[in-house]
Amino acid sequence: MARAALPGRLTWRAATLTEARQETPSARTLMLDVPDWPGHLPGQHVDVRLTAPDGYRAQRSYSIASAWAEGGNVELTIQRLDDGEVSPYLTDVLEVGDQIELRGPVGGWFVWRETQPRPVLLLGGGSGVVPLMAMVRARGLAKARQPFRLIYSVRTPWDVLYRDELPRHVRDNPGFDLYLNYTRKAPEGSPNAPKRIDVATINTHGWPPDFEPDCYVCGPTTFVETAADILVALGHDPKRIRTERFGGTS
Amino acid sequence: MGIISRGFGGRRRESVPGLPPGQYLTHDFPVLSAGPTPRIPLDRWSFTVTAETGERKSWNWQEFTALPHEDVTVDIHCVTKWSKLGTTWRSVSIDTLLEDVETAADYTMVHSFGGYTTNVPLEDLLDGKAWIAYKFDGEDLEPEHGGPARMLIPHLYFWKSAKWVNGLEMMAEDEPGFWEAAGYHMYGDPWLEQRYQGD
Repeated sequence: MARAALPGRLTWRAATLTEARQETPSARTLMLDVPDWPGHLPGQHVDVRLTAPDGYRAQRSYSIASAWAEGGNVELTIQRLDDGEVSPYLTDVLEVGDQIELRGPVGGWFVWRETQPRPVLLLGGGSGVVPLMAMVRARGLAKARQPFRLIYSVRTPWDVLYRDELPRHVRDNPGFDLYLNYTRKAPEGSPNAPKRIDVATINTHGWPPDFEPDCYVCGPTTFVETAADILVALGHDPKRIRTERFGGTS
Repeated sequence: MGIISRGFGGRRRESVPGLPPGQYLTHDFPVLSAGPTPRIPLDRWSFTVTAETGERKSWNWQEFTALPHEDVTVDIHCVTKWSKLGTTWRSVSIDTLLEDVETAADYTMVHSFGGYTTNVPLEDLLDGKAWIAYKFDGEDLEPEHGGPARMLIPHLYFWKSAKWVNGLEMMAEDEPGFWEAAGYHMYGDPWLEQRYQGD
């Protein structure tokens, strides 16, 4: 058996907040300047470490939202968990110019590479859309032509991350389709009543299994379990379904 | 590195003895896996030990659950930072499974339904340090938590406790498994915080 190539050591780096954008009332995107960042693949994540004045430390993992461009920022979108200890600091307290510690990129499985020739089906639940957004952005940046479909399930229209940017990708990047599924409240005038994603949602708005798409599913465990089970039931090859779950405990 | 976050730390979690560095306590049981959850019917379940000579020893579900079992209570530590203390499992000790297996190998590869693999040194599986678990908290192990049966190696990060196990292969040399080839540590000691390659 051939020995797989192993990446080098991941060191902690100082990251400076250069800009922040409120995505929704409870989610904030952080643009971080990280000197000598080695670059990353869409879908990878970073570890963030915070140290309190008395030396107390906490670490959490966050998906990277940005596609990598030379000299660019590392962008994280943080969903505030009200009982969390790290996310409320990042969404409510951290100011432009402040530094945090970060290391990565981490993960070589839940990633999309431009060299993958197949169509791509992205299924995101809530803040699970973040690593999928990195893939959408990478495709746009590379002007890649693999057909992409994103099924993005959110509670209400006010919970949509990247609300202004997603329609721009639909407009500017041929071959990218977006379907927004609302679970609690649909927008005014929407023909679809709110519901959780089901077989019909994925059958109607996904790719048929005959297209053999690479599928990426990310979100809370119940969303991922449901979506991945439906994909398998529809006939998608389990080996082409990659999943990433948010425990919801950070 | 001397980066201090003023205003951070006011909402810190209770300090708990028994937590490795960088971990926090959870009372939930989060799920982590790379793909869809496989559902393995018990009549198609089997577990096979393969020695480096190619010699094999297999158990079907009935034979496996008829082996002497142990009820163990252990702390588990996931590389994604959560730890869960005092989890209880019904399981078969790896010592029991390897009783009649002759091997000079130093390493093993754990294999799972669905193709997942993870590498573990053989000595980390012996002398009461590792089990194959098939009940959690008195209930049959649910598929999303690795049922019908999963590895249980509590002294290493929990990705080493592979779900849906179906085999153990003896290896003369260490080889990376699935997550290890994707950048995670070859050994994964939570007390040394060996999360990623090079840690």
